[in-house]
Amino acid sequence: MTRPDEPMIVPDGWGFVETIDRRDFLRLTSTGLMVAFAIKPPEGTFRPVWNFATQQRTPPDFNAFLHIGANGRVTLLVGKIEMGQGIITALPQIAAEELNVPLAQVDCVMGDTDLTPFDNGTFGSLSVRVLGPILRAAAAEARAVLVQLASESLGVPVADLVVSDGVIRAKGDPGKSVTYGALAGGKKIERRFEGKAALEKVAEFTVVGKSAPRRDGVDKVTGRAKYSGDLAPPDAMHARIVRAPAHGATVTAVDTRAAEARPGVRVVRDGDLVAVLHPHRDEADKALKLVKVTSTPSPSTLTNENIFAHLEQVAVERRGIGAAGNVADGEKGASQVVTGRYTKGYVAHAPMETHSAVAAIGSDGRLTVWASTQTPFPLQTQVARAVKFTPDKVRVITPFVGGGFGGKSAGQQAIEAARLTVATGKPVRVTWSREEEFYFDTFDPATVVNIRAGLDAAHRIVSWDYDVIGAGDRGARLFYDVPNHRSMAKGGWMGNPPGMHPFNVGPWRAPGANANVWARESHIDVLAARAGMDPVAFRLLNLKDARMRRVLEACAAKFGWTPRPAPSKRGIGVCCGEDAGTYVASMAEIAVDAATGTIKVLRVVCAQDMGVLVNPEGATQQMEGCIMMGLGYTLTEEIRFRKGEVIDKNFGGYALPKFSWLPKIETLILDSPDIPAQGGGEPAIVNMGAVIANALFDATGARVTELPLTPARVRAAMKRT
Amino acid sequence: MKPIAFTLNGTAKTVLVDEDRNLLWVLRDDLGLTGTKFGCGASFCGACTVLVDGKEVRSCVTPVSRVAGKKVVTVEGLATGDTLSPVQEAFVEHVGYQCGYCTSGMVIGATALLNANPKPTREQIVQGMERHLCRCAAHLRIVDAIESAAKKMAGAKK
Repeated sequence: MTRPDEPMIVPDGWGFVETIDRRDFLRLTSTGLMVAFAIKPPEGTFRPVWNFATQQRTPPDFNAFLHIGANGRVTLLVGKIEMGQGIITALPQIAAEELNVPLAQVDCVMGDTDLTPFDNGTFGSLSVRVLGPILRAAAAEARAVLVQLASESLGVPVADLVVSDGVIRAKGDPGKSVTYGALAGGKKIERRFEGKAALEKVAEFTVVGKSAPRRDGVDKVTGRAKYSGDLAPPDAMHARIVRAPAHGATVTAVDTRAAEARPGVRVVRDGDLVAVLHPHRDEADKALKLVKVTSTPSPSTLTNENIFAHLEQVAVERRGIGAAGNVADGEKGASQVVTGRYTKGYVAHAPMETHSAVAAIGSDGRLTVWASTQTPFPLQTQVARAVKFTPDKVRVITPFVGGGFGGKSAGQQAIEAARLTVATGKPVRVTWSREEEFYFDTFDPATVVNIRAGLDAAHRIVSWDYDVIGAGDRGARLFYDVPNHRSMAKGGWMGNPPGMHPFNVGPWRAPGANANVWARESHIDVLAARAGMDPVAFRLLNLKDARMRRVLEACAAKFGWTPRPAPSKRGIGVCCGEDAGTYVASMAEIAVDAATGTIKVLRVVCAQDMGVLVNPEGATQQMEGCIMMGLGYTLTEEIRFRKGEVIDKNFGGYALPKFSWLPKIETLILDSPDIPAQGGGEPAIVNMGAVIANALFDATGARVTELPLTPARVRAAMKRT
Repeated sequence: MKPIAFTLNGTAKTVLVDEDRNLLWVLRDDLGLTGTKFGCGASFCGACTVLVDGKEVRSCVTPVSRVAGKKVVTVEGLATGDTLSPVQEAFVEHVGYQCGYCTSGMVIGATALLNANPKPTREQIVQGMERHLCRCAAHLRIVDAIESAAKKMAGAKK
């Protein structure tokens, strides 16, 4: 991602640090004996470290974000990373807009702890929403300062200067001009602007709001784009790590003799970490297969079947996430009280690129780690702690990331590569196998939602009692107009009591919102059916929020929704959601094979209001991806496990959405210039569970309350109906 | 160790490796061609797809000895100099990628599909690409890209 052409940038992008053998490599390797020791349970060793703050720390100096070369090229420096969401294009658009330079003149350096300002990580659809305004202000200040400098150098008052394409000209005398490059000269700009620099008016934007071609296309279709696993410093070794067979199992002995007998294989033990190393990955794989691991079985009795009862038992701490009125009073006015229990299993991130990292020690003794991570700065601290370096002796560089979806907020693989590099003095490459990816994933937590809602004779929701265990509060806010409501959460994707989950859980694209929206919007549909009303009309009756009404009505118009109470046998469904400041309404049409219980999604229409739009094409791609990816957790994706073992460890048993699932997808982004730019990477995924479940009910009259909507569950629900 | 000779991206190549070495890792580790990706190691995902005599092969489960005497093309071998192949061009134009990690395999898979069937229906494209996984879910644009590449190639032949 680094393609700078100015000396300020050290070293030249992908360049490797010089590597030296700090210690005698062989001294650290075992001597072909059986080693017996206990590996601590993985929960203790590998608990992911989350960084709780989501606030952007703003460097006081715009130079931290921007560098203007003597040739006029602008380098944007951001701690965010590119994992497919397209900010490598959107963020330069924002800078180009305020600086008045062509987009093609802006380079972008991302996720490098030496070069870019601190950033908590790339998650939460925050890049455009939160970093965007900061970049915008920085670029506006840089422009204002440059205009002042030009005024002094040209002897022309600021008011008489105009800027276009990085050139500042006197209005009446175009011969009097100076370029950004000449003014900045590739150096830090020391001047500050007094007060707040004026921002461009949204209505006058020329770069923002226009679809700019993505800048990573050619590199990605030619194989030139580099991911962490593609980087091979000289003398690098691939490491395969000896693992316990199940979560909660304790390794009591490791016999590496047979592995070590293979030519070129080295075995390294660093405390609880035992690894086989070889310059070639496939040889390291073969060696790992020869390692004999003895372990005690996992004491875990949890399975994907009994997990929900377990969650209801163990999650004791309730926290309020919104309330008004009094639920008990509300129920007194209800003509019927309707309860529902909705569950959703653990879901894997399953990025196509498994967690990868390469670590190397330079001649200056500093450790550089190239890692597929969403959180380079928190990872820098974690790596430093693990190898007992001070953080300034650790540099994390993030090449292109092959998908994250929240799963690469945890960077255990980078810590493993760093530890093995420090232990051996050699550059070490760690690329998790698919089996390790499924085993160590920080899954989207299993969730149970219990809802109790009161409906009055006029079809108004008069009470709403909502209790979510597992997912947390994101997406649970009740935007319907209900006078008496109370929502409580127990647990979430972080901060759970030990033993609540049998393995690590973490943030998964729109963390928690997929479960909460699925439960709420399923239940709203149940209420609509009880009221005998069309699901859209019922929602509008109970909805005052003008922004949500607008997206719902826009979606209905695009879909061609004709009102009829469900089940209408048409197989159409609706869902409303809100995430990352963006409002979204979805409608779907499905076909159900009654004999097999298989759902085929035919068409999905999605409308969203995301405030000011930065890159319409990019935002549309995110919506399309959300819709298609969301079909996975809706229809098939669920981690099966027993005795601490993850049963599905590869794509043979765990089914991702495939080409044949592709529905007709239609997206609509509403014009919303008065609201600042909101998140775009996640919102459209949150509606997928309920929109399909509601369409299933409309098609068959069968209500499935468990995600995913597997054929067996659909058949069972149809039998009950 | 045994010398294994094959054509790689149009150039004769001989590697001296153990016969049971795996094609994916010989390409990546020994030959430095990292465009071909590791995704699952079990032929499910298609990130490691290469062309062998014009047909798509999952390199992660292919012993290198099996390509002796054959023509291997990786994603690095599709473009001619700076000129992208029609499939690559269409993927850029239609944005048939997001994170880009499955893209090498997608582009190779699409090339093999159009080699075998230059005028596929949309349904045949979907069926032909079914064993390629994309977690970012760029499927819609990938199908659009392949459809457009087919049209462009058919036009060029006339």
